[in-house]
Amino acid sequence: MSKALDRREVVARLVRSRGDLLIVAGLGSPAYDLMAAGDHEANFYLWGGMGSAATIALGLALAQPKRPVLALTGDGEMLMGLGALATIGRAKPKNLSIAVLDNGRYGETGMQESHTASGTRLDQVAMACGFAWAMRIESEAALAVFAMRLPKPAGPALANIVIRAENPPRVLPPRDGVFLKNRFRASLGFKPI
Amino acid sequence: MPKTKSATGAAPNPWQDAIFFLLKQAKIRHVAYVPDAGHARVIERAIQDPSMVATALTTEEEGIGLLLGAWLGGERGVLLMQSSGVGNCINTLSLHANVRFPLPMLITMRGEWAEFNPWQVPMGRATRASLEAMGVLVSRADKAADVAEAVAGALDIAFAGEMASAVLLSQRLIGRKVWTK
Repeated sequence: MSKALDRREVVARLVRSRGDLLIVAGLGSPAYDLMAAGDHEANFYLWGGMGSAATIALGLALAQPKRPVLALTGDGEMLMGLGALATIGRAKPKNLSIAVLDNGRYGETGMQESHTASGTRLDQVAMACGFAWAMRIESEAALAVFAMRLPKPAGPALANIVIRAENPPRVLPPRDGVFLKNRFRASLGFKPI
Repeated sequence: MPKTKSATGAAPNPWQDAIFFLLKQAKIRHVAYVPDAGHARVIERAIQDPSMVATALTTEEEGIGLLLGAWLGGERGVLLMQSSGVGNCINTLSLHANVRFPLPMLITMRGEWAEFNPWQVPMGRATRASLEAMGVLVSRADKAADVAEAVAGALDIAFAGEMASAVLLSQRLIGRKVWTK
């Protein structure tokens, strides 16, 4: 087994002292990882609309500039919405971070290789798109630096977190979108229509 | 209404200013767009308005995520695109079907009346059917006199009921694109 980081431990570390962090998790394993770390009303999990975690987090960051916002996604989803990095690099929300759990694989569909396995560097793409900073994380020490910056990221920021290619047992979040939306909005003080 | 030359060089049509007025009246803060000549005036005014956030997208479906995120954060938005962009949005409209959030979309039509470019026609023909297949309410403005009513209605239904509603702004309304001078 390689020394790459364990995805569940990475996500547990990122949310350990989450404070007022708002989180959008991409479909598949990132959503399971976030659920495994403990459900929270300020978590919004996706079950579809692949490619949208970063753009939802962008809209949220623009609407809630005083709250830190994290898009938690995987390499497969980030690759599908690569243009979003250019859109975010142009919009420049200071309160937005993106964490890409990068195992170079499509875990949900049988571990086929993604483009990051053959060299696409998402942190470099983010920098080329005008992000304030980006880092490739392969150690717990580097992860701790990213986690420390989450509350005030001075972003937009992207962390390309290299994780082991394995599928831990699924921990399924709620999949009723209306419930997730109303719960999330209520945590910010907004009522259902 | 005074006609001033816009940055794009085209004189704005009064119906474009009417759209902008309605967006303001609906308390819309986020204007997400992929540029189109028919939307140029509204985009320009949104960029200049300090109470609005105009976000340029690389592809139209990004705007669906952006508007969902804005709504999670308590703010209202609108998505501006050309009919060809509707095709890019299809799977992402699943977000609306499951989550339900206000998703007003103003769509300038290509590939219909007097279209010069046949490559625009397939998606132009499929625009309404694609939107309706994904559960979007669709209305259409063929004449300048129809625009304000159609847009006001689409905004009202979107925000009143967290609906996805689209207004197709016809190619005839926008005018012929001049290809040769």
